[in-house]
Amino acid sequence: MATMTYLEAISDALREALRTDERVFVMGEDVGAFGGAFKVTDGFVEEFGEARVIDTPLAESAIVGTAVGAAVVGMRPVCEMQFADFISCGFDQLVNVAGKTHYRFGLAVPIVVRLPSGGGFSGGPFHSQSPEAWFMHAPGIKVLAPSTPEDAKGLLTAAIRDPNPVVFMEHKHLYRRVKGEVPAGSYETPMTARIASEGTDLTVIAYGAMVHAALGATEHLDADVEVLDLRSLVPLDVDMILASVAKTSKVVIVDEANETCAAGAQVAALIAEHAFEQLDGPIRRIAAPDVPIPFSPPLEQAVLPSVERIRDACRDLLDY
Amino acid sequence: MKALSPRPGGPAVAEDPADAPTRLVPADRVELLRSMLLMRAIEARALALYKQGKVPGSFYDGFGQEAVSVGAAFAMGPRDRLCPLHRDLGAHLVRGVATERVLAQYMGRASGVTRGRDGNVHFGDPAVGVIGMVSMLPDMMCVATGMAMAFKLRGEPRVALTWCGDGATSRGDFHEAMNWAGVQRLPVVFVLENNQFAYSTPLAKQFAVDPVERARVYGFPGVTVDGNDVEAVFEAVHAARERAVAGDGPTLIEAVTMRMHGHAAHDDMRYVPPELLVEWAARDPIERQERRVAAAGVDVAALRAAVDEEVAAAAEAALAAPMPDPAEAASGVFATSEPQPLGDGRAPWSGFA
Repeated sequence: MATMTYLEAISDALREALRTDERVFVMGEDVGAFGGAFKVTDGFVEEFGEARVIDTPLAESAIVGTAVGAAVVGMRPVCEMQFADFISCGFDQLVNVAGKTHYRFGLAVPIVVRLPSGGGFSGGPFHSQSPEAWFMHAPGIKVLAPSTPEDAKGLLTAAIRDPNPVVFMEHKHLYRRVKGEVPAGSYETPMTARIASEGTDLTVIAYGAMVHAALGATEHLDADVEVLDLRSLVPLDVDMILASVAKTSKVVIVDEANETCAAGAQVAALIAEHAFEQLDGPIRRIAAPDVPIPFSPPLEQAVLPSVERIRDACRDLLDY
Repeated sequence: MKALSPRPGGPAVAEDPADAPTRLVPADRVELLRSMLLMRAIEARALALYKQGKVPGSFYDGFGQEAVSVGAAFAMGPRDRLCPLHRDLGAHLVRGVATERVLAQYMGRASGVTRGRDGNVHFGDPAVGVIGMVSMLPDMMCVATGMAMAFKLRGEPRVALTWCGDGATSRGDFHEAMNWAGVQRLPVVFVLENNQFAYSTPLAKQFAVDPVERARVYGFPGVTVDGNDVEAVFEAVHAARERAVAGDGPTLIEAVTMRMHGHAAHDDMRYVPPELLVEWAARDPIERQERRVAAAGVDVAALRAAVDEEVAAAAEAALAAPMPDPAEAASGVFATSEPQPLGDGRAPWSGFA
């Protein structure tokens, strides 16, 4: 197995898909000659040509809408939003066209929309969002959020092969910061949760970059903490969530996203409804407050969930 | 191509202009008439069913606009793909969707095209190569552009066709689709169905420049055609299809017509000057095609009777069809198997035979 960054693993999945499936093409703003704003498609146009690595006009609604059109006539488009934030301009096509088509008349829409998301590097209010919950609330769209290079490659491969619209949240702050072993060739990672660290005293539930924050926060705690990496938000692995809570009886849920109606709110509601009897303390949530993600480092750090906040929440709950 | 004033209040057409040379054989002309008669008879029956409480929600029709969807769809080949709008029932009929399934669709029955999951003309039968519209207009212009992109990518001589209204020209997706299609020279045909009103909003409050003129600045031709002449619509879309298949890119066709009913069944059209309706009634697309066909010796009354009989039988069957099972309301949100390819539609024009 090769060691790759999270970004290299995503590139690798795309490259494998383009090599092995002629229906696959990638498109987005500046993905061709420039290789994408983050260089995920660097070198692609040389290998696969301009017909399959398409530089599009600056038109997010049309990026998603044309992907839907290409998909229903047999293609497997993979779109890149330059930043996840810009999906707001393509929201209608994703939610109303892509998400509802199979339910309405049984027509599958196999598209993948890659969303470089998350903050931590002074991107400001329009380059730092974590908008995954928007799509959890819209029927018909799968939402994936890997935290490791191995899962990033396997989940992106699974997304491209899936017959449904899939929103693929790739955390920008993990792109070059996280490295790991990645199997060669094509493989699919299941759209289920994963135990990132096994324990019996308390469960921390997270996804994306917050998995790494959770692991950092609990590493030196004097307790046996389980860290559950959701990996997939739609479908949500309810069984694994409830099994972990049944084992530990205490749960901290972490979102990088704004707190209200975040993915973690749904997880908390499921636990409250289905595992109330197993709890030995209140469900604790750590998330960004409901503010735009600010630009200046001290402001941004005050907003994004930190290792310290997660650690404090774990300590409080362990003492409960 | 004869240009008409897109503005309301233009001169009434007292006499039919002389027909241009046509690619249509006599049987084509009859089929065009039959499709328009069928559309009008289905919608008239559905409106009656709505008033009887058999059609839930609201009811939208294309009364007076039959030539636009029928003429355009008639120019499409079996492997072409279509995204019709809510006043384009004729396109579904040309492609081969059965009358009974349309009426069942309106009534929310299990045998409707969407099995009760969506209403009125919000349907598309994948089996005949038609994608159903959404209410956000003109989203389907982007979808049609994407289909055309796939055709070009695979080197297939096929075309995507979609329609939009005058109101939809104000939304960003109109610009995004037109620009994208122009940049990539895609085989897509856009039909702008200018029916004078977007709900109650007249053209003068919708745009300062006739949107057909915008085509030129996106790098492709825009043509205006009499939207109440089914043969003229056919000819314009046929020419656009030829251009598209030849690799010459998209065309915008403005079909000038008039919405003779309200936006939906509840709408009393108080905002439409009555004389405008009188004027446009004289240009009725069905009567016009009837005159052509009758002049060639066809028994138009018999054709009408056959269509009425078909609609009556279909309505009876649709009324007898079961409502959907509530237990199925939450099923089918996600696809669970490999997508099935779209089917090819009926392409009745003799030129495809």
